[in-house]
Amino acid sequence: MLAAPPSLSHTRRMSVDKEAHMRRHHDMGGLEAGPVERREHDYAPWEKRVDAIMRLLSDPKRRILRVDELRRGIEALGPGAYDELSYYERWIASIADNLIEKGVITIDELGRRMAEIEARHEAERAKGRAE
Amino acid sequence: MSGARDHSHDHGHGHAPHPFQPDIEDAPLTHHQLLALAVGELLVDKGVFTGYDLRRQIEDMDSRSPASGAKLVARAWTDAAFKDRLLQDTNKAAAELGIDAGTIPIMTVENMPDTHNVIVCTLCSCYPRLLLGLPPDWYKSRAYRSRMVREPRAVLAEFGTAIPGDVAVKVHDSTAELRYLVLPMRPTGSDGMDEAALAGLVTRDCMIGVAVPDAPDH
Amino acid sequence: MSVGKRFPVGARVRIRRAFPPGHVRAPWYLRGLTGEVCHVVGEFRNPEELAYGRNDGAKLTLYRVRFRQTDIWPDYAGPAHDTLEVEIYGNWMEPAEEKAA
Repeated sequence: MLAAPPSLSHTRRMSVDKEAHMRRHHDMGGLEAGPVERREHDYAPWEKRVDAIMRLLSDPKRRILRVDELRRGIEALGPGAYDELSYYERWIASIADNLIEKGVITIDELGRRMAEIEARHEAERAKGRAE
Repeated sequence: MSGARDHSHDHGHGHAPHPFQPDIEDAPLTHHQLLALAVGELLVDKGVFTGYDLRRQIEDMDSRSPASGAKLVARAWTDAAFKDRLLQDTNKAAAELGIDAGTIPIMTVENMPDTHNVIVCTLCSCYPRLLLGLPPDWYKSRAYRSRMVREPRAVLAEFGTAIPGDVAVKVHDSTAELRYLVLPMRPTGSDGMDEAALAGLVTRDCMIGVAVPDAPDH
Repeated sequence: MSVGKRFPVGARVRIRRAFPPGHVRAPWYLRGLTGEVCHVVGEFRNPEELAYGRNDGAKLTLYRVRFRQTDIWPDYAGPAHDTLEVEIYGNWMEPAEEKAA
C-alpha cells in the first residue's frame, strides 16, 4: 500500500497541470461532459467514400497516408474545427491537407475539380427541378 | 429502455430507427462533400486507385456488421478450446470461421463473474470495425470519450446497464495499436440453444461492453 | 533512438510528467501516474514519428499498463477494485518506486 493517500497531492498537481501544461483538444479523457446522446445515423454515401479513400491510401500496397498522419492532421485542425465539423468532415479535411503537403495533389487542381463538381451538381439539380 | 433489448429483437443485425436523411441530391453540396468527391476523382485520375477499388472498399465496409463478432462469441460460448484461441489471437481465430479481421491486431477481453469490461478510445475512435462494422455516433462523441474513463458506472447506467459493486469494472482505453472486443458472459437460460440462436443474443453494444446479453425469452 | 529499459509484466511504472505539443498517444489524464505492466504487446514504430511521415525509425516496445481508478481520479465514484488499462509506448514510461510492504 502507498504510504500516504495520493488524492491530495494528485489534486493539487492536477490543478497546476491545468495552468502550466497544455492539454490538447482531442485528448479528452476525464473531462466533464453531459449525458451520452445515444445518436446513431446511417452513414451517407460521401462519408463511406471518405472512409474508403483512407483505407485505400493506407493500404500496405500503397502506404501513401498512414493512420497516424490522418490523426495528426485531425488534431491540427484546432479546437473550433474539431467541435464544429462532423467525424468524416474532419477526416476529409485531414486527408486533403496531408495529400497537399505530400504533393500528391495540388491546391490548384483540387480547387478546379471542386468547382467543376459543384457546377455539375447544380446542373443536375436544375435539370431535376425542370422535369 | 435498454439498448441491448432493442438490438436483440433484431437478432443483433438491426438498430434503433435511424433519423431520416434528407435526399442529398436535393441540396447543394457542402465544402467537405465537394472535397470528398474531388479528392476521390483526382486520386482515380492519377492512378492511385481505380473507381472499382473505391466501390469495392465501400461494398466491403457495408458488408461488415456486428454479426461477425457475434459469431465469434457464440462459438466461444460453445467451444472452450476455440475460446482459448480467440483470447490468444483474435484475428487468427476469426479466420477459422471465415471472417477476415484484417491485419490490425484485435484483443478480446473476457467478461467474468467478477469483472466487466468496457471499451473506449479517448483520443480518437479506434474500434474493431472489421468485426463490428462502423461505430455508432455515440462511441465517437465527446461525452462518451471523456466520461467513460472517469465514471464508467454512471455511463453504463445511462445505457441501462447496472454493474453490482462486487463486480470490478475494467475500462480499456484503446490508445495505440490494438482494437478491442468484449466477450460477454453467456446468459443463464441459454443452454441447449444452437450457435445461430446464441449469436442472436449478442448485440453490438455487448461487444463494446455498454450492455450485457439479455436472457433468452422462452 | 534508444528503446529504453525493458519492463517485465508486473513492473510498476510511472507515465512521464511531460507535456510536449504534437501527436502524442499517452493520454493527458495519465501523465505522472503509476500503474503496473500487465502485458507486453510487442515492438512498433513510434507514432510520434509516423505522424510526420518518418517511417524508418527504431521500434519501441508497446505495453499494456493497468491503473487503479482510485489512483487516477481523486473523486472516483466506484469501488476500489475498478481498473483502467491502456497501451503505452515504452518511451513514455519510467520505473516507479516499489509499493511499500
